[in-house]
Amino acid sequence: MTGNLVEARDLHVRFVTRDATVRAVNGVSFDLAPRETLCILGESGSGKSVTLRALMRLNPAKRTVVEGRLRVGGHDLVAAKERTLSDIRGSVVSMIFQEPMTALDPVFTIGRQIRETILRHEAVGRAEADRRALELLELVQIPSARRRLDAYPHEMSGGLRQRAMIAIALSCRPKLLLADEPTTALDATVQIQILLLLKQLQAELGMGMIFVTHDLGVAGEIADRVAVMYAGRFVEEGPVGALMRAPLHPYTRGLLGATVHDQPRGQRLTTIPGAPPNLEHLPRGCAFAPRCALAEAACLPAVPTLRGPEPGHRARCIRVQECGLERAA
Amino acid sequence: MTDRSDDLQQIPDVGGPAQPLLSVRGLTRHFALKGGLFGGLGAPRAVVRAVDGISFDLRKGETLGIVGESGCGKSTTSRLIMALMRPTAGEIVFDGQTIGPGGLTLKEYRRQVQMVFQDSYASLNPRLTVGDSIAFAPQVHGMARQGANARARELLAAVGLEPNQFGGRYPHELSGGQRQRVNIARALALRPRLIILDEPVSALDKSVEAQVLNLLMDLKSDFGLTYLFISHDLGVVHHVSDRVLVMYLGQVAEIGPVDRIYAGAAHPYTAALLDSRPSMDPANRRTEPPLTGDPPNPIDPPSGCRFHPRCRFMEPPCSTTVPPLATAGPDHRAACLMALPGSGHSQAPAMAA
Repeated sequence: MTGNLVEARDLHVRFVTRDATVRAVNGVSFDLAPRETLCILGESGSGKSVTLRALMRLNPAKRTVVEGRLRVGGHDLVAAKERTLSDIRGSVVSMIFQEPMTALDPVFTIGRQIRETILRHEAVGRAEADRRALELLELVQIPSARRRLDAYPHEMSGGLRQRAMIAIALSCRPKLLLADEPTTALDATVQIQILLLLKQLQAELGMGMIFVTHDLGVAGEIADRVAVMYAGRFVEEGPVGALMRAPLHPYTRGLLGATVHDQPRGQRLTTIPGAPPNLEHLPRGCAFAPRCALAEAACLPAVPTLRGPEPGHRARCIRVQECGLERAA
Repeated sequence: MTDRSDDLQQIPDVGGPAQPLLSVRGLTRHFALKGGLFGGLGAPRAVVRAVDGISFDLRKGETLGIVGESGCGKSTTSRLIMALMRPTAGEIVFDGQTIGPGGLTLKEYRRQVQMVFQDSYASLNPRLTVGDSIAFAPQVHGMARQGANARARELLAAVGLEPNQFGGRYPHELSGGQRQRVNIARALALRPRLIILDEPVSALDKSVEAQVLNLLMDLKSDFGLTYLFISHDLGVVHHVSDRVLVMYLGQVAEIGPVDRIYAGAAHPYTAALLDSRPSMDPANRRTEPPLTGDPPNPIDPPSGCRFHPRCRFMEPPCSTTVPPLATAGPDHRAACLMALPGSGHSQAPAMAA
């Protein structure tokens, strides 16, 4: 067995209905080392959330076809039966969601929701579970934790609810924490608190973390590596510094240009024309070619392979070597 | 410019360029909370002080950004200005004229002030084609159907949607970015002078957000508009605004030129807000959150300066003295005792002789 926490090889996820087949993930391969943070960056419909859910097999079982190889903490997730999956969920891999109000159960107190998870996975008594619940709320830095155990989700602010959800996700000490836009619904002042908390918890508990976001700034604060997703494929992946400093793929460059940061005021933002492709009818070659200013005939016959000028930083673009030269010049 | 109703044009300037387009004076809105079963008897009802006495001027042709955390009252402020709800106190003066009896009627006022909301889907009628949605208001204001339709087509083109392709579609047939373009076109249909943009790009993807921001900047000069731009995204506000107003718990914390404030905020709250932005530089990550805790509850705001429990420069006078807006530089004011000469705070400037 290798030392990787996650191994995904040529992962495909399709949603099949009577009328159509939606190809949401089309051949994603990556490894995640223990204690590493990978950020999957993409826009709506790029397949980033579907990829994340595949790591817990949360996509609707009846309509979803998962193919390829996917191992998390030594468990084969593609072949796993529902019974095994529910053992894995929570104890090996756990997830926090964007909207804590819909992810938490409104009719149970926070304390009870944490206790429930612990009792399901571990052979401990109720008193021990309650003690752990209190410990977890203190771990995620909820003020007056003892009182909050008896609080219902609606009695808490957005930031506290998100902390409570993190506490539930961590209740069985998972090896891998998945986070689906956990700070998008929060204010900037609270967002940075939650990001720092996650970073600190990750170091304390030694977890791997996969973080899905559309916000480059969030990726810059928390990621070790970033993967940019477009039309169900990783179009670029690399260390966060290199990727933000010198993006290889035209789409990544477009995203960086379109994100408002320190551009001079009043200057027009660079935009990416057009819209992402329909995942029911993917183009044959590079899926970004129809929106790409640099597209040429060679982009169309086949999906470009991942290639890169330096190890660990690769992009699916036939011009990548050129870009490398450009930067050297 | 003719005054025929078939030719709704922008209403000309009244008070000249020096007169603010919009003056807000002491605007206040409190929401009464329902008491418990017996709560209403005897005991005074709790109120949410959503907006608590804010005053500012909006100058002709500028973009004023309003920022703040959720619950600070920025959206309530926009709805009060749009006259979608009645203020508890205070008044709004539009180009020298009050709204209501003796001044502009609501119909006249809303012809000149329009709004774009965050949720592009909820703000369009799902049973009207987008062309009909845009043509609706001009017809209410007496424009003939044919003229209104022509205007709708012209506006669809102006916001970058091909009229033949999109005019007949329903909102659910469009993407989020396209729907937001339709909302902008609809807001322009009466040729308003002021557009209130309440988080217009918050629900959009980054690449679409950039397209819409570029469009808003183009339309502003093409149609001679003034913008009130509400957002929690400080990067976006920096990019589009001339001046920025920072709200905290229903009050103005700081107001001034955007470059001055982003270069050096006078209010510690503004500084902390700006500091909370992701750095976009992985080599230079933050290790300490600039502010801890969530925004406090507007039901029972702290005494004195409302920010003092979270402020790292807090001193005894802060919990007792309500800081007025003090001059912090040219055209720049902040509600902080550190900016007020002789306030008793150790970092306050010396009193002028």
